[in-house]
Amino acid sequence: MLSFATLANPSFFMRLTDRVLPWLAGVWILLLAAGLYMSFFVAPADYQQGETVRIMFIHVPFAWLAMFCYMIIAVSSIGSLIWRHPLADVSAKAAAPIGAAFTLLALVTGSLWGKPMWGAYWVWDARLTSVLVLFFLYLGLIALWESIEDPSRAGRAAAILAIVGVVNIPIIKFSVDWWNTLHQPASVMRAGGPTIHPTILWPLLVMAVAFSLMFLWLHLKAMRAEILRRRVETMMMTRVSSAVALKAAE
Amino acid sequence: MDMGPHATFIWTAYGLSATVVSALILRAMLDERRQRRALARLEAQGIRRRSDVAQERRG
Repeated sequence: MLSFATLANPSFFMRLTDRVLPWLAGVWILLLAAGLYMSFFVAPADYQQGETVRIMFIHVPFAWLAMFCYMIIAVSSIGSLIWRHPLADVSAKAAAPIGAAFTLLALVTGSLWGKPMWGAYWVWDARLTSVLVLFFLYLGLIALWESIEDPSRAGRAAAILAIVGVVNIPIIKFSVDWWNTLHQPASVMRAGGPTIHPTILWPLLVMAVAFSLMFLWLHLKAMRAEILRRRVETMMMTRVSSAVALKAAE
Repeated sequence: MDMGPHATFIWTAYGLSATVVSALILRAMLDERRQRRALARLEAQGIRRRSDVAQERRG
């Protein structure tokens, strides 16, 4: 049985992901191909939205992952602040740019759906505005990591911002229930089951699983690069301190 | 494939998504490769991490 300490070890993480990542890539590529086929050739045009319903097959997974990624950062930040877990800090830092990209795509694809359906690319309704705030939170996290030179100070500052910002996640989720928004209420994850016809629901679910596995792959790859970057930085510091010690001895 | 009167919106959404997702994938692959090369360069210069040295001492 693997202990928590073994799993938390960066070297073990590198060995494990080395084996897992190629399989994970194979699965998400196959699922994405199947999802795209279903989105364009199996799903019918919606009786109200027409062909623009096809934008939903990418917009909805991006929006779900934008929130899911932020939750990963928040949980990792707790792990980093409380247990000083080295992989937790790496996980939070590696996830932020991916989350920012998915949030941007959720906003842009939603906007491209909104113009033909609502007659406007953007409206300041609660759902859209709270997702825009999420995008700015991601940018804030990236800025903190990039602007503070000491990685441990940067990690702590970013972790605090991430934990404070998590209040925005329930606001995004329930904005369509709490306020009178132009954005439609939940139609998949709701009490009483989905309200979408199976011919449209299935392609959406396949795309959601494909993008979720792609996100996991991207996150693990980014974590590996971050671990290697930290090793490089440590070795550079060792080189500098050895050079200083050598000079002092002369 | 006829996407009707809103084809421009649909293809733009898919096109932009494909571009951003491809950039994410490329970034993930190139970043890891870049760090691996930097690590190999430092190791070739004989520089090692303290944890590696300690592990060797333990046997």
